[in-house]
Amino acid sequence: MSILDKKISELHQLLHTKELSVTDILDATFDRIHQVDGKVKAFLTLNEEYSRIKAKQLDEKLVSGADRGLLFGMPIGIKDNIVTKGIRTTCASRILENFEPIYDATVVERLNQADTITIGKLNMDEFAMGSSNENSGFHPTHNPWDLSCVPGGSSGASAASVSAGEVLFSLGSDTGGSIRQPAAFCGVVGLKPTYGLVSRYGLVAFASSLDQIGPVTRNVEDNAYLLQAIAGNDPMDSTSAKVDIPDYLASFTGDVKGLKIAVPKEYLGEGVEPGVKERIMEALKVLEGLGATWEEVSLPHSRYALATYYLLSSSEASANLSRFDGVRYGLRSDNSDNLIEMYKQSRSEGFGEEVKRRIMLGTFALSSGYYDAYYKKAQKVRTLIKEDFTNIFEKYDVIIGPTTPSASFKCGSMTKDPLTMYMNDILTIPVNLAGVPAISVPCGFSDGLPIGLQIIGKHFDESTIYRVAHAFEQATDHHKEKPKL
Amino acid sequence: MSRISKEQVKHVAHLARLAVTEEEAELLTEQLDKIIGFAEELNELDTDNVEPTTHVLELKNVLREDEVRNSVSVDEAMKNAPAQKDGQFKVPNILE
Repeated sequence: MSILDKKISELHQLLHTKELSVTDILDATFDRIHQVDGKVKAFLTLNEEYSRIKAKQLDEKLVSGADRGLLFGMPIGIKDNIVTKGIRTTCASRILENFEPIYDATVVERLNQADTITIGKLNMDEFAMGSSNENSGFHPTHNPWDLSCVPGGSSGASAASVSAGEVLFSLGSDTGGSIRQPAAFCGVVGLKPTYGLVSRYGLVAFASSLDQIGPVTRNVEDNAYLLQAIAGNDPMDSTSAKVDIPDYLASFTGDVKGLKIAVPKEYLGEGVEPGVKERIMEALKVLEGLGATWEEVSLPHSRYALATYYLLSSSEASANLSRFDGVRYGLRSDNSDNLIEMYKQSRSEGFGEEVKRRIMLGTFALSSGYYDAYYKKAQKVRTLIKEDFTNIFEKYDVIIGPTTPSASFKCGSMTKDPLTMYMNDILTIPVNLAGVPAISVPCGFSDGLPIGLQIIGKHFDESTIYRVAHAFEQATDHHKEKPKL
Repeated sequence: MSRISKEQVKHVAHLARLAVTEEEAELLTEQLDKIIGFAEELNELDTDNVEPTTHVLELKNVLREDEVRNSVSVDEAMKNAPAQKDGQFKVPNILE
């Protein structure tokens, strides 16, 4: 078994008994990256020199017996829309190709305090807009299970790098499914925390009322470790919630007796492939075997979630992305001699097609005469979608269904029609609109490609999600499967 | 009937500070029309008595004491500037 197949708790034990050094873990990580990243193409920037210095410093700490952080010595990959001081941060966009942030995002600061090593920055769909990583302004990332398939998106490389064993874990961001969908496609564990649980300070904003940073890992236990390190109120993010952070590692009781599961009929209905449905029904049987019960319920407004999401997220994006004007940072076009033309040329040369399309949609939905018909209407429907969840959670502990309607698909097969691509997110988007937390855990395969089980919880009840996910994981062997690269 | 015209697309592009060619405007008209048509399914729902959701959490204004704190230096602020002069961001002519 490779070093990188071990859990954080196992690695910590080996560090503690001096059977392993931080440098050993880092060497194994970079060896693997140099071996497979030419195929997977997950990293946009590698931070090798700094990582080696940091590893040495941590090894000295290990010898001296100084206090160690929660994630001591663990290498991590960071999605490239989370700013890292002095490390190029591009959002996978040409407009930020040479951007070097002057500060660390709060999550990065907290990871540093936890003694992790930021080994590099991970590819994504440009500005997190996309479901396949094909919208990267640099190059697409490939699915380790089948290199001709997409890893999902927008945090496609966050999931692919972990799945390929290039790094123990990573951070992604999830606006409409961008952590969970790639986690499902790549057979790893990905959590979107409750809106407000994790600081967004230093996350380059896409849709501020929906964006949330979250952990991508090989197993549920590591996921809880990573969330523990990054969760909690941050004065630098005014939408950050003031809630007590529980001990997530205490969730792993293995006990789901009496747990009440709701299974929305809309999540197993039309458009969901048979191979996916079968895996979900098998997963429910496993949970039943552990003493949980489930009933079919309805989220009647979920069919309106996709339209609601595209109006709201694009509107918010059109405002957020107005900061890219070629003045203070980012690409500036040389092909203009007045200010307005400079803005227009810089933005048009720097942004990719999908980003421009969404800015256009958002600007239209917010423009005079259309605001009430589109933007405000969508905000009202968002209320109905949110109430669907509130009603279900009055009677049930968790909601369970598939993460995506199908397994991964071939690169290039969905790029022609934006609407078809958007359909990938129909089961993840309602969760962002309601602000509730949800995880995707591996639950088997369909035609050789991984399928994700989505477990949705109440606001700030990540503990129950982890308890259920962990019990399921321990009762099955899906998470032990590794892609052959 | 189309929901958005090519002229409207050009106007929206100007508002969004995007330069579009004639071909791009045509393609965008077609694509946006399709997406907006899809979004119009929301009209099936009666939302007359529904409050809009702007944020999912109960958020109040977050206030703090107005204290002097560290801020970024001019050098740091200029670090990523595409063009600068005398510690200021340089832009093309604004006034003719």
